[in-house]
Amino acid sequence: MTDSPTIFEDSRVRLAPGVMLRHDRARDEWMLLAPERVLVLDDTALAVVRATTPRDAGTVGEAITRLAAEYDAPRADIAADVLEMLNDLLAKGYVVP
Amino acid sequence: MTCLLPRATHADTLAPPFAVLAELTHRCPLRCPYCSNPLALDPASREMDTASWKRVLDQAADAGMLQVHFSGGEPCVRKDLEELVAHATDVGLYTNLITSAVLMDEDRLIRLRDAGLQHVQISLQDTEAEGADRIGGFKGGHARKLAVAEMVTRAGLALTINAVLHRHNIGRVDAFIDLALDLNAGRIEIANVQYYGWGLVNRAALLPSHEQLIAMDTAVRARLPDLKGRIVVDYVVPDYYARRPKACMGGWARRFMNVTPSGRVLPCHAAETIPGMDFETVHERTLSEIWRDGPAFVRYRGTHWMPKPCRDCDQNEVDWGGCRCQALALAGDADAADPVCEKSSAHAAVAALRDADAAALDTPFRYRGSPAE
Repeated sequence: MTDSPTIFEDSRVRLAPGVMLRHDRARDEWMLLAPERVLVLDDTALAVVRATTPRDAGTVGEAITRLAAEYDAPRADIAADVLEMLNDLLAKGYVVP
Repeated sequence: MTCLLPRATHADTLAPPFAVLAELTHRCPLRCPYCSNPLALDPASREMDTASWKRVLDQAADAGMLQVHFSGGEPCVRKDLEELVAHATDVGLYTNLITSAVLMDEDRLIRLRDAGLQHVQISLQDTEAEGADRIGGFKGGHARKLAVAEMVTRAGLALTINAVLHRHNIGRVDAFIDLALDLNAGRIEIANVQYYGWGLVNRAALLPSHEQLIAMDTAVRARLPDLKGRIVVDYVVPDYYARRPKACMGGWARRFMNVTPSGRVLPCHAAETIPGMDFETVHERTLSEIWRDGPAFVRYRGTHWMPKPCRDCDQNEVDWGGCRCQALALAGDADAADPVCEKSSAHAAVAALRDADAAALDTPFRYRGSPAE
């Protein structure tokens, strides 16, 4: 048995094939649309997805530094939240390294 | 299908449906004995035309639906599939294609991708060609499916492998998982056959034994930790061996609408087996109207219709009383509790029926028929 994949600060992530970020007007919610699934994003999750998954986002660590500046929060706190969220999204198949 | 949408907070606020299953046709080159299509297949001549399907897609988006599943039969027999995918994309629907893949080629796949297709789900009948082609009743089908699965990921589309399990292949569940990983699928449905439509007719030819089921379940659960982050697993157990019923369709008329080839609008693909139901068509009212108060949708939505023991059960907003079609098929009454539930008075009879069918090892398949022209 091998270790399951994990996202670290030096990882780069993108949305998995077939996953789209979309604002749904009917529900006024941001969501990830995926094969036969939908994940509604709260403000924090939306900020993380927008900061880390675009092609020009750089590494997860670089995105964390930007988010820490933008939200004027301790970098270590932001890093813990972002890595936990991305690894959860990875486990659920919404992002890939 | 998983759906993590927030529920409506007030009882009088009806949440919009999540997805529409667009059954474009009942035609299919395969003849799988567990096909979920009804025994009375819509003839090709009664299939809706392109303009009618486009109107259905417009209405699905208007109703707040997020996804469309182009299904069948085999949706690739429709020459207008590209046009319908493009239209669905234009109106903002996420597009899934549920296909046997045997009619697909790379040019068409690229055209579908360029029209906006996001996800392709390919069913496999077995992990080896001989068994798979015997079950599908289509020689060369398995090899074709594997080739198309590779095209799907090469085209950058999401791929789901639908591994359909029953007594003849349930021992190869590990091989199914390995095959899905080899094909770079993002998702696998480990889908034990559900006994509706042709599957119900063939139950005695398909139902696994309890020992087979336990071995499969043990194998799957042993693999799950290692699959995390590699492949999404949707695992459907055969509920004939369960103690509590499944929340069929996520609850009657809570998530999905199903449109048949000729335009009837159903809460689930097997609902037409229930007698005394009044099904509307897309030619009469819009999907929003039918969702809101169509008699077939209202009839079993929520908990108002529930008999005992469901009415007093603390699970009744978890499993929503199970499956109406199964209650009809097994208890002879669509209004009854799903007999799969151990609280149902028909549960013991279901167990006896199940054990008799599981032991009927010599039962031949009755292959799915073809619709009339």
